[in-house]
Amino acid sequence: MLLKDEVEMLRRVPLFAKIAPAKLKLLAFASERLTCREGQNLFRQGDAGDAAYVVLSGTADVLVDSGDSEIKVAEVEQNSIVGEIAILCDVSRTATVRATTRLEVLKISKDNFLDLMNDFPDMAVEIMRVLADRLNHTTMELSLARSREHAPAN
Amino acid sequence: MSSFSKGWNSDRVQMLMALSGVFLALVVLNGLFKFYINTYKGRLGERMLRRIRFELVDRVLRFPPAHFKRVRAAEIATMVKDEVEPLGGFTGDAFVQPALLGGQALTALAFILMQNFWLGMIAFAIVVVQAVVIPKMRKRLLILGRQRQLTARELSGRLSEIVDGIHTIRGHDTSNLERADIADRLGRIFAIRYDLYQWKFMVKFINNFLAQVTPFLFYAIGGYLALQGRIDIGQLVAVIGAYKDLPGPLKELIDWDQARQDVQIKYAQVSEQFDVDGLSDRKIQEVFREPVPRLASPLVITSLVLTDDSNAPLLNHVSLEIAPDETVAILGDTGSGGDALAEALGRVLWPASGRITIDGNDIREVPEAITGRRISYVSSDTYFFHGSLRDNLLYVLKHAPLTDVTYEGADARTFRKKVGETISAGNPVLDLNSDWIDYRAAGASGPDDLLKVIRPVLDAVTISQDLFELALRSMVDVDTHSVMTEQIVKVRAALRDRLEAEGLQDVVESFEDGSYNSLASVGENILFGVMKSELMTSQRLAEHPYFRQVLRQTGLVDTLYNMGLEIAENMVELFRDLPPDHPFFQQLTFMKAEDIPAYEALLPKLKGHSADKASQEERANIIRLSFAYIEPRHRFGLLTAELMEMIVAARATFYADIPPELNEAIERYDPNHFMASASLMDNVLFGRISLQDAETSDQIRTIIQSVFRDLELEDHVLSIGLDFQVGAQGRRLTNVQRQKLNLARALLKRSDYFIFNRPLPALDQRAQETIIHNIMTDLHEEGHKPAIIWVLPNARMSELFDRIMVFQNGNLVENTTFAEFADQKSMFKQLVSY
Repeated sequence: MLLKDEVEMLRRVPLFAKIAPAKLKLLAFASERLTCREGQNLFRQGDAGDAAYVVLSGTADVLVDSGDSEIKVAEVEQNSIVGEIAILCDVSRTATVRATTRLEVLKISKDNFLDLMNDFPDMAVEIMRVLADRLNHTTMELSLARSREHAPAN
Repeated sequence: MSSFSKGWNSDRVQMLMALSGVFLALVVLNGLFKFYINTYKGRLGERMLRRIRFELVDRVLRFPPAHFKRVRAAEIATMVKDEVEPLGGFTGDAFVQPALLGGQALTALAFILMQNFWLGMIAFAIVVVQAVVIPKMRKRLLILGRQRQLTARELSGRLSEIVDGIHTIRGHDTSNLERADIADRLGRIFAIRYDLYQWKFMVKFINNFLAQVTPFLFYAIGGYLALQGRIDIGQLVAVIGAYKDLPGPLKELIDWDQARQDVQIKYAQVSEQFDVDGLSDRKIQEVFREPVPRLASPLVITSLVLTDDSNAPLLNHVSLEIAPDETVAILGDTGSGGDALAEALGRVLWPASGRITIDGNDIREVPEAITGRRISYVSSDTYFFHGSLRDNLLYVLKHAPLTDVTYEGADARTFRKKVGETISAGNPVLDLNSDWIDYRAAGASGPDDLLKVIRPVLDAVTISQDLFELALRSMVDVDTHSVMTEQIVKVRAALRDRLEAEGLQDVVESFEDGSYNSLASVGENILFGVMKSELMTSQRLAEHPYFRQVLRQTGLVDTLYNMGLEIAENMVELFRDLPPDHPFFQQLTFMKAEDIPAYEALLPKLKGHSADKASQEERANIIRLSFAYIEPRHRFGLLTAELMEMIVAARATFYADIPPELNEAIERYDPNHFMASASLMDNVLFGRISLQDAETSDQIRTIIQSVFRDLELEDHVLSIGLDFQVGAQGRRLTNVQRQKLNLARALLKRSDYFIFNRPLPALDQRAQETIIHNIMTDLHEEGHKPAIIWVLPNARMSELFDRIMVFQNGNLVENTTFAEFADQKSMFKQLVSY
């Protein structure tokens, strides 16, 4: 896959949708491309988070370790970004990502990601919007869950 | 003279020749005398200097530990190196000069006196004035000289502080304070030196004036007497002629006297710095070649009091005994006394009162051959000498020269001469070429099975993996590791098989002559080899006429030019707007950040034109970019199958007719040979790894390690790792590695008492516990059971020890077994939770 195809792909990632193609090209160029074979872990729960990954092709499972077994909490597919939480708020990986097919990813290192945000405030605003959106979503789900919890008591 | 030649009637020419001959003979004789005296004097001076310097260093080796808190290393170095140097030079002159010059001056004076008593007395009187006045004036010179010496010494002390503390200085933006301090010091040194010059030339002026007063008096008084007819004019001329020989020696004598005083002051100033109270006795550090028997008696600590530099108490009247096979865990906060006790056991801190004895002898008075070999002390404070890792690891076994080297022929003569000179200068005769490593103490029988005892120790401190990585990254010395270079073909084949077995064959792309390696750069693919870094650089290769001719011949020039142009375009587009210090520039493998504007200016000029439009330099700059291009990494889509074919063909052309000097400088990739200019990793892989996730890279390393194990090459890999140069103070190693190696080398000694004073604070809790566990179980498996006294960071590992001592505020508050200790729930819990 060529650099320009990667740029196209990055544009389809919601987080980067509004960023100028030239900047995305720079990001793509500055980022390593990794291949993960089926069954390999892209990263493991508890590792230090030093990079976010954009999935260029293939799929992977997001797994959370619950003591003795792993619970699959989500699936990642093409064009999605994984691992961005760990680099935004300096926590270790909250889940394991394991390739379910041959996975091609673009590794965006923490420094590159943060620098990009500094250089292009548009991107920071976009990230804020995405995160706020997610928070809103989570809050709704939480209140829904709470109200369900309280409903029988009433 | 006229009276002398009167009355000779023999042949005048013969006479002339005879006298001239005598003159020549005397000149030669005089020259020979001077030659002998000067070399003798020089040798005496140099021997003296060697003796003084050695004595000073010998004293440094015996300084009491507390003294090192007060002195600066660089000041000691300046004293030993620079300040005593004039002493050596003066040694010979101390006796030769006054005898020679005094003799000359006396002769001249006596001759004048013989010619005319009163004129002689005038000359004598002025000499006396010179001899009294000038040295008095020079007193100030000596004082200034002493100040100059002290300020220069302090300057070198400060300089070394700046070098050692550079991170502190830059970390706190205090570099300008340092600049101010240095400028101030240099200003003071300037003032002293300038003052010195002024005085020196002032004194010279007065001395010269006094020296010229005498001839003035001769001319005036002598002339007057001659006019009166009371003195013979010939006599006066003789006196004036004789006087010419007087001021020279006199001046030098005065200079000599000044040098004497100067040297005396220097000597006093140096010797007072080295005359330290509590110097260890010479006997304690005597060379001891025999194996030292095991210590079978306990370490007895009797009412030990330890204080710090300000006399604040660190340990109050502690008495205890540690048996030679006992393991003791010392617990307590830092500064609670346990660490001070460990330092005292390691002889780093000397007791304020009380004693630590073994067999009734104070450990400070027991020869270091016993305390330094049978007792090992390790703290977090590591020190590594400049050299290889192996040197630093085996350093602890080098107590004495254990073999006698026999020298043959010329070497034997040089050696005998060297020994004679060493003895004359009062230095000890210890041969550095001898094998100093005490293999038996480490449990080995000789150099061959040394690795067998080193490996378990490295495993115990969990540093073997680091050494393996170091070995993989280093270049291999092909002369000392011939087994590795001979086996490399087998290693490569075994690695291929293993990669295939694990389904990883696609991860590594091997170098194959006749095909393009897509994971290597265009340049690497043309060259298909490694350059010997000392003979060739890529810049020089690119400029080499043969290389350029090959590119032209194969038609690559135009293709690579267009490729470079496209890369330049991409680079300019990507990086144009970024500030030059942006971290993205790390990804810019093609050019430097500062080159971007130049390319930006060049592009519009070259675009749309053929390559001939560009000047030779511009063309070279563009083509250069294409050499670094790797398709899977840069992904511009510039590499076509056709181009790859062309490059492979160019490779063949390049090697077909290669000139000898290039052949010499390039090691071609050869599956059957070891490449000395490439790292061990590159040699083993003989190809490039594709960009992979971290897990796969780890997996490949594990496979390589097991390949080495299967082929029984592990020891050689370890040995290559041990060749690693640690740099100044071991700074090329990480702090964690240094602390682990520091612990490992103490373990190598197999002492009877080990004192570990929080040796691994740079490691995290879990890593420390692993190592404590390894050592506590492994050291005790070896048959002999040493005593271990370990100051633990917390109580979690204390169950591995026989006895537990808890210190609080300098007092021993608990001295018990683990079982009893664990029962006291409150204290145990408190200590475990640190």
